[in-house]
Amino acid sequence: MKEFDGKVALVTGGGSGIGRATAIAFAREGARVVIGDRNAQCGEETVQTIRDTGATASFRRTDVSAASDVEALVDHAMKTFDRLDLAFNNAGIEGDVRPLEEQSEANYGALMDINVKGVWLSMKYEIPRMLEHGGGAIVNASSVAGLIGFPGIGIYVASKHAVIGLTKTAALEYSAKGIRINAVNPGLIDTAMADRLAAGVKTTKGDLAPLHPTGRIGRVEEVAETVLWLCSGRASFVTGHSMFVDGGFTAC
Amino acid sequence: MKEFENKVALITGGGSGIGRATALAFAREGAQVVIGNRNVQRGEETVSMIRASGGTASFRRTDVLVAADIEALVNHAIGTYGGLDLAFNNAGIEGDARPLVEQTEANYDAVMDINVKGVWLSMKYEIPRMLKRGGGAIVNSSSVAGLVGLPGFGIYVASKHAVIGLTKTAALEYSAQGVRINAVNPAVIDTEMVERFTEAIGSSKEDLVPLHPIGRIGRVEEVANAVLWLCSGRASFVTGHSLLVDGGFTAR
Repeated sequence: MKEFDGKVALVTGGGSGIGRATAIAFAREGARVVIGDRNAQCGEETVQTIRDTGATASFRRTDVSAASDVEALVDHAMKTFDRLDLAFNNAGIEGDVRPLEEQSEANYGALMDINVKGVWLSMKYEIPRMLEHGGGAIVNASSVAGLIGFPGIGIYVASKHAVIGLTKTAALEYSAKGIRINAVNPGLIDTAMADRLAAGVKTTKGDLAPLHPTGRIGRVEEVAETVLWLCSGRASFVTGHSMFVDGGFTAC
Repeated sequence: MKEFENKVALITGGGSGIGRATALAFAREGAQVVIGNRNVQRGEETVSMIRASGGTASFRRTDVLVAADIEALVNHAIGTYGGLDLAFNNAGIEGDARPLVEQTEANYDAVMDINVKGVWLSMKYEIPRMLKRGGGAIVNSSSVAGLVGLPGFGIYVASKHAVIGLTKTAALEYSAQGVRINAVNPAVIDTEMVERFTEAIGSSKEDLVPLHPIGRIGRVEEVANAVLWLCSGRASFVTGHSLLVDGGFTAR
């Protein structure tokens, strides 16, 4: 018996990076997986990767900043697999890299709409479905930038701090009803987003390795394993927590 | 293949409560377990429980505030099982419950010596042995009292804050050499220590339930699950972290 046999897991931003790795990991552990992504091609690719392993997945194009999209994604999960147990609200963008005084209102709006409003909307539509069968587990994507600042990405930093606030409040409101809600806070992970972030500050991922006491940046599978653990029954007393997967980044 | 097959795990304070539950869990997952405890009878009881279930364990009487005792415990692990891979530095006391003004120097010394010096001494002797095997994982016992204050337990609170400081520093120093070091931070768990805690403040375990948004206090097995996950390869990018197993206690 696999850990998530019989469960349905929803992953936003499941078309690439950490989201894709987590969707694949959920499927490997027996869950039926619903993937939302803004990019249809990337999302369908993840579904195909999962189906190639004999597991079950379904995609729906989703812009997490649009309430009707998120509602439709959750409805899609219900129609396709009849229930919703687990969610990884992971869709996010890094935005423009520049000092706060040079940041544009357009960038502010895009970042906060996707990274914060998207997480709130996701929970807003997921939680009632989870309550229908007595509980579930949610993990929201925050970051080491949910705890500390980074020059050049102040709006991103604000958005990831806000995700922790939403996560704590959701945990206070729904934990007693059987839904555990936590955040995952990665350090620098080997993704296309990290490439863009590094390029934005005119460096490379490799140059950022020394920020991590482990001496290397992380792998997407390492974040996926953490999300799965938080969603598992073995984390039954863990809620409202921000779980750092950062190679010691924030211990400095 | 069990998760910790061929691994040697050391647990201080393994004679009761969270320590005993974690020792049993390590053994269930295939580890050879070395138990240190001040109370011989209870330490031997844990060993008997493990052996009765077909696991492997050995006890040595240990007072963690005595360097010679810790050194002998680590040497006992090496002598008995040939090495050391994992450690849960869990031995601790709650001390007297009274306001800071009324606390005694004897209580201060006892709490700090066992809870802080004991964790440092444990790491001091464990780490070189782990480095010899090319790496390992350590979990130190902190508490929600490592993050917030608790009236009546100021010295205990100081000691559990100090454990987080030791943990972060150890992670900075040894993560790149392959030893991951984290803390586990339980809230109120159903143990004898908590019974003493609550009696001392004229309360009961049940009275403390509302401190936990999840609507109940925790079970020792839930802390054990968190310790085992932190020690597993699935937590390979998690180091220097304080993992709250608190039912949402610190989310508010």
